[in-house]
Amino acid sequence: MGAPVIDRQLPTDDAAALLDLTRDLATRELAPRAAEAERTGEFPRELFRTLGRAGLLGLPYPEEYGGSGQPYEVYLQVVEELARAWLAVGLGVSVHTLSCHGLASFGTEEQKRRWLPDMLGGELLGAYCLSEPHCGSDAAALRTRAERQPDGDYLVTGTKAWITHGGVADFCTLLARTGGEGAKGISAFLVEAGTPGMVAAPAERKMGMKSSVTAQVVFDRARVAEQRRIGAEGEGFGVAMAALDAGRLGIAACAVGLAQAALDVAVEYAGERTAFGRPIGDFQGVSFLLADAAAGVEASRQLYLAAARRKDAGRPYATQAAMAKLVATDTCMKVTTDMVQVLGGAGYVEDYPVERYMREAKVLQIVEGTNQIQRLVIGRALLDR
Amino acid sequence: MNIVVLVKQVPDTNSERRLTDSDHTLDRASADVVLDEINERAVEEALRLQEAHGGEVTVVTMGPDSATDALRKALSMGADKAVHLSDAALHGSDAVQTARALAKVIGTVEGVDLVLAGNEATDGRMGAVPAMVAEVLGLPALTHARKVEVDGSTVRVERETDEGVAFVEAALPALVSVGEKINEPRYPSFKGIMAAKKKPVTTLGLADAGIDAAEVGLANAATTVVEAAPKPPRSGGQKVEDAGDGGVRIAEFLAAQKLI
Repeated sequence: MGAPVIDRQLPTDDAAALLDLTRDLATRELAPRAAEAERTGEFPRELFRTLGRAGLLGLPYPEEYGGSGQPYEVYLQVVEELARAWLAVGLGVSVHTLSCHGLASFGTEEQKRRWLPDMLGGELLGAYCLSEPHCGSDAAALRTRAERQPDGDYLVTGTKAWITHGGVADFCTLLARTGGEGAKGISAFLVEAGTPGMVAAPAERKMGMKSSVTAQVVFDRARVAEQRRIGAEGEGFGVAMAALDAGRLGIAACAVGLAQAALDVAVEYAGERTAFGRPIGDFQGVSFLLADAAAGVEASRQLYLAAARRKDAGRPYATQAAMAKLVATDTCMKVTTDMVQVLGGAGYVEDYPVERYMREAKVLQIVEGTNQIQRLVIGRALLDR
Repeated sequence: MNIVVLVKQVPDTNSERRLTDSDHTLDRASADVVLDEINERAVEEALRLQEAHGGEVTVVTMGPDSATDALRKALSMGADKAVHLSDAALHGSDAVQTARALAKVIGTVEGVDLVLAGNEATDGRMGAVPAMVAEVLGLPALTHARKVEVDGSTVRVERETDEGVAFVEAALPALVSVGEKINEPRYPSFKGIMAAKKKPVTTLGLADAGIDAAEVGLANAATTVVEAAPKPPRSGGQKVEDAGDGGVRIAEFLAAQKLI
């Protein structure tokens, strides 16, 4: 039982054991529940605790703060396997990991010692509050204000939009304006859920990924202590963008996992379903669809891994991350659409998961920077000398 | 409180399981092998008791070299150390021989207060070894536990069988075998997997454990499998065409099977 094991090139025996554990969790805990939860829209909070206890909510962070010290190359393949079994969970792990990125990369030693172990420990879940109703792609135009008070604390007022885990997260990384217009007026904060003046709106009703909660988070004079500011005032945009580069790799890994899942279903179906007295996979019209899908999935996988290895080696990787996100998610959209085609009528009904995969794929072309923004990032890198 | 958990590596129940043609023993090479599911529950119960009462959890297995993987799984869940009895001469040992050998191995662990086991393994399904081990060691045997509590030097067990539930207790040291309903075993954590590599695994041969080679193995076993054949494939079943008497004929069929 379970999906076919993908032969992965992993750097260590530990990483291989981690992927074994991930597959075990995906097969036994995720896969059997995904379809039902996507139908009812119930958020699997307890499942994230199970993953957390297994150590999957702090993989790419240092062991001294409670992480597992795994390279992105390994962490992302874990995300891929989780997304293959249940996209909302794989994406949730990616978002949680992203929400820890600011503190881990830009926090002071004291801040990291105080908060990071709990954030990575598995019992807590994070959210990332950057987008606003009037600005998503143009993040530097955000309007949520953090007003400095005489005692040094901040009062935060404004509305954040499209927040994954909005209302269910235990903490969030928040970007708010402490200074003037533009990117240089933005600061980053680590905010605890339940802070008075912070409430989540009712969850959005999405086209897919219904079990993942997405909601606006509204701040109304919410008091945030000065010690919770990450980096200096005005450095927030840099904190946000660094996290986004890493987050894009997470989305690329999710896209590969989802496309692989669609391919898995279609390959099995093409081997069993017969037409004109033969399995439909014997017809080139079908096998070429599968071949193109498999090639696209593997190319996308290698692209996000190449970007991840650059990041792990400390080399610049923002452009490669944008490329990986762009190619992997566009490929995922094409693959999931084509795999519905392989199943024909069976692909269009809810008895098989591929129609759901196709709906879910769409969101990956939008989140963590639309694919138009990814092209913008790549284009600028080409032309800005 | 020091606990020994008896564990066994078995063929995955999801894979095809066979006996070898040569001596009708388990064909270990043909199937994926895993730590028996019920043993995971025994390990889980030991870890919960340890969390409440302290002490050390030692996992013990008898099996070929590959059974180390089953020990590692238990160690990655949180057990402290492991003892592996491995010797070619043990091949084909029956339940009594196995129980005697395991009793010797348990004897090498110091200060054992409680021995935990699964009530039967998914491969042989004898369901006899735990009680036999208790007999050899002179310990009280509390089998088929669905709940285990330790209070001072007393162990209390809810024993569930087809006949019902019995509440039994014994003074420690004792042996308890657990049933499927006792708990949901934890997943190993990634850190647990890494830590398990550094935990001590003692490998014993027959001589190390003080076992006489003449007492174990297929040639000296009290039971022998004379013949084995695969289960015949399922037949299509029996169709009842309703010619007005369908209900009666189904009732007759069920009555003949002693189902009604």
